[in-house]
Amino acid sequence: MNKPIKAREPFVFYSRFNLQELTGLKAGNLESLLDLISTVPGSSIYHHTHRFMEKHDYLLPEPPNDFAVWIGDVLGDRTLQEKLAGIDVLQFTTIKDLRLALVEAIDSHLSAYPRARKRFAEKDDEFHFIKSVSVIVPTPYSAESLEAFIKGLKEVSTSSIYFHMFEARLRLERQTNDFSWWLESALLLKTLGEKISSLDPYSFTLSGLRRKIIDILEECAGDDR
Amino acid sequence: MSTLNEYRAIVGDGVVDELYGLGERLRGRVVQHINSTRVGGGVAEILSNLVPLFKEVGVEAAWDVISGTDAFFEVTKKFHNALHGRREEIPRSLLAIFREVGRENIRNLPLRGDITIVHDPQPVMLIKNKEKTAGPWIWRCHIDIAQADPRVFSFLRQFISDYDGLIFSSPLFSKRFSLRQFLISPSIDPLSEKNREMGKDEVAAVIAKYGIDPKRPFVLQVSRYDYLKDPVGVIEAFRLVRKYNDCQLVLAGNRAADDPESDRVLAEVREKAGKDPDIHILLIPPENNDTDINALQRAATVVVQKSLREGFGLVVSEALWKGRPVVASAIGGIPLQVEHGRTGLLCRSVEGAALEIKQLLNNPAYAEKLGANAREHIRQNFLLTRHLKDYLLLLLALQRDEDIIHL
Repeated sequence: MNKPIKAREPFVFYSRFNLQELTGLKAGNLESLLDLISTVPGSSIYHHTHRFMEKHDYLLPEPPNDFAVWIGDVLGDRTLQEKLAGIDVLQFTTIKDLRLALVEAIDSHLSAYPRARKRFAEKDDEFHFIKSVSVIVPTPYSAESLEAFIKGLKEVSTSSIYFHMFEARLRLERQTNDFSWWLESALLLKTLGEKISSLDPYSFTLSGLRRKIIDILEECAGDDR
Repeated sequence: MSTLNEYRAIVGDGVVDELYGLGERLRGRVVQHINSTRVGGGVAEILSNLVPLFKEVGVEAAWDVISGTDAFFEVTKKFHNALHGRREEIPRSLLAIFREVGRENIRNLPLRGDITIVHDPQPVMLIKNKEKTAGPWIWRCHIDIAQADPRVFSFLRQFISDYDGLIFSSPLFSKRFSLRQFLISPSIDPLSEKNREMGKDEVAAVIAKYGIDPKRPFVLQVSRYDYLKDPVGVIEAFRLVRKYNDCQLVLAGNRAADDPESDRVLAEVREKAGKDPDIHILLIPPENNDTDINALQRAATVVVQKSLREGFGLVVSEALWKGRPVVASAIGGIPLQVEHGRTGLLCRSVEGAALEIKQLLNNPAYAEKLGANAREHIRQNFLLTRHLKDYLLLLLALQRDEDIIHL
């Protein structure tokens, strides 16, 4: 049996906990929604575009975007709903750019469909802006080889998978997910790293994403060496 | 009393290990919870389950209860109704009683914590003792204040504004404050008597005890007899359903120590039901409450919660956790639990409730799918372990101002 290749530096699994902070800000129509999307803290944009990932692991993937859901379900504007739900979050590496894409989509929709301004939510159905406060802590799990890394992936909670695949890339602006970065830089497994970074993690449940990553690593590990 | 390790089989090792890890970072801190009753109602139930778990993860936790007179609880009941949006006349003499009892509690209630969490309006005045502890003080509001009577809310605001942070159960309840506000949903304990797994025989024995026909479907609402739970509306919805579906209605209620109004509501419900043998109005004895409610929820064909106002509606969580199909009002914290068409069905009227109940009675495969989703939704978001985690995170977050906290 081959001896596992030792990584240049260990991978430490972190976990991320989410505390929801209320802002007291709310929108009842598209114009007020647009104003607030333009001005609320980035942690609120992040919350409303990522909340679904953590909350609905038992369901098939949902549109990871509260704005789209509200615009469709409450305001009944299916065209704009689809446009916002279809925004490819993976193409952005900062919240600032993601916010801009949301603003541009709503703004151009309002220009193209002026009657969209006349849709209003009932008081109980207004959009309430929430911020995400992240608390990031190291877990007891770490890995110095691919084998130990796969074992760690199987044992950590889905919050850890979430942190390294979503939060690290976009909110901490690390450009790529932590798993790919470590595989490529510490284990020099470029192909494996690229296979993981080419996944669209938003189209999986967290448990499904974990299984997919483990499958890729277990199936392809031999080819990469 | 369940230990934290007993939750591993339900929520997974990772979740429990993380709780111990967070507790480690708060070791030595003392948290004091204060509310108005040790038995009856959701708050007392949560605290009795949660406080021991704080201790298990290394955070010293205490739970104290204020004292009050009948007149005091009469006025706090009026506050409760007014915060839920009902018009209440509250004379100055009653406000004076509230202040007087509040001052007595300020003098007499022992302060134990360096973090103090005050639940609901009854003990809100205790903030006057803020200088006597190291702080922070948090006001935890369990009530639906979306439509609060502004007169009562502004009376309470003079106390609320002195807290360091607020907790609400739904974003609908947040208001413009200069304080930090957090969304923390309450929770149920899957290992408690009210939610533990039960054998078929045990369930059947309870159904038989209350004279419910086990061969015919039954629709259940569990709630204390309170106008805000709209038991009369449930009877009206049931009568619409029964025009087409042979079924029974079970209203299962009890009394909370701080609710002097329930006898009046119970009398109205009995009058509305008349002599209909298919409407079972149950007053569950406190000593059997948890076991009997557990069995009724497990046996119900459809569970209803047709409240007019609802802080959160833990009784909905209980039914969802048991995988039951639920029809519930789209108010307060209920839409966080019942996502229409995914984990249950929402309604906004008597007619809407009747329509959704019929849908579930007539489509058992759909009902079963909603029930299965519902159980997972509760497992991930509304069990005691998630609640403990949120409190630990809050205690950590209050020490910092950032939105991203590295520990």
